[in-house]
Amino acid sequence: MAAESGLAAEALVGQVVLPGDLLLLPAHYDEDAEGERLRLSAGAAPQGRLLCGPGLRRSGAGLLVTKCGLLRHRPAGGGAYWVDSQQKRYVPVKGDHVIGIVTAKAGDVFRLDVGGSEPASLSYLAFEGATKRNRPNVQVGDLIYGQFVVANKDMEPEMVCIDSSGKSSGMGIIGQDGFLFKVSLGLIRKLLAPKCEIIQELSQLYPFELVLGMNGRIWVKAKTVQQTLIIVNILEACEYMTAEQRRQALAKLSGN
Amino acid sequence: FMQRGLDSQTKKQLEEEEKKIISEEHWYLDVPDLKEKESCIIEERSFLRCEDLVYGRMSFKGFNPEVEKLMIQMNSKCKEEEIEEDDRMEADVSDEEMARRYETLVGTIGKKFLRKRDQRVLKDDDDENEDDEVEEGNTNTRPSKRAKKMFLKPQD
Repeated sequence: MAAESGLAAEALVGQVVLPGDLLLLPAHYDEDAEGERLRLSAGAAPQGRLLCGPGLRRSGAGLLVTKCGLLRHRPAGGGAYWVDSQQKRYVPVKGDHVIGIVTAKAGDVFRLDVGGSEPASLSYLAFEGATKRNRPNVQVGDLIYGQFVVANKDMEPEMVCIDSSGKSSGMGIIGQDGFLFKVSLGLIRKLLAPKCEIIQELSQLYPFELVLGMNGRIWVKAKTVQQTLIIVNILEACEYMTAEQRRQALAKLSGN
Repeated sequence: FMQRGLDSQTKKQLEEEEKKIISEEHWYLDVPDLKEKESCIIEERSFLRCEDLVYGRMSFKGFNPEVEKLMIQMNSKCKEEEIEEDDRMEADVSDEEMARRYETLVGTIGKKFLRKRDQRVLKDDDDENEDDEVEEGNTNTRPSKRAKKMFLKPQD
């Protein structure tokens, strides 16, 4: 199979790329002196290192696409390219905050189901203020919000509920009541974007609490069961609604 | 093995021989070192570093005040990391006051830990620096370089 000639990465930002496409980066990254001279004349070279995000793989002088989706670019901080793709199945990644369900207690560790291929393990000491005598009160079936500290494809993922400075910063057991449901990963990222309209519009309706896990799980809690269910339905449906339809639906609700 | 009574020299010889044997057995690459190309591309599998995602726990209209406080804290932490902080936090004590305090503080606390001899010397210096008119007399006539007390051999 003849290798395709690559296209410049910048030309494809915002367009659909397919696995197997080779993206050429501008010749800023040569080490020869000639390359340097060219670099200076060709314009400002990006400072720092380029971040090659999910869906892309480094290959030779360029990036190889491994997932289909839209190519995104962020010029700040040395530049970053990634592929915005849609999937439902979660693959554990280090540093991600996820919601896990406790399925078993095995001695000193809890086994959590995070939606990946293997259950994650969580040590009972990984909570804030936990010591050997002072164990956290975690039962089977509880919801836990934590982050991954080890997540390779070869090993069982491990989670903790404290951050690097030892503080819990919001992680830990999620309280009673509420409703847990699953959505696709792309929606979660949309909801977690800095200025998300969906969240802003929902927050005008009534007081509620929301926990979003990067593994596609959302937990909602509002004052009454009905309000909770309304929010759940909106969040599930808003993936496929346009902004107009969403506003109409919310207007109907706030009218009621 | 350590044989008791072995000379240090012979011990060293034995050690060297052992080392030689071991290093000859060690495998090493005969290939010249490849020039390491410093790659300017970092691979990253998490979306968190690429996009600017906010914190996952949210609460609205005061449903959970702790989470709301957390939201402000975490989101402002993220923003601070990106934007360089131009405005510093208001400190309780201003820098000038701290500097003044330290000037006097170091002296006073330092004095506390001096040995008695040194303290007396310090007092002499202070008194000398102060008014020369006030002379205490006996106590100040000790020379500034006090003689170091040497060990006196007991006389037989």
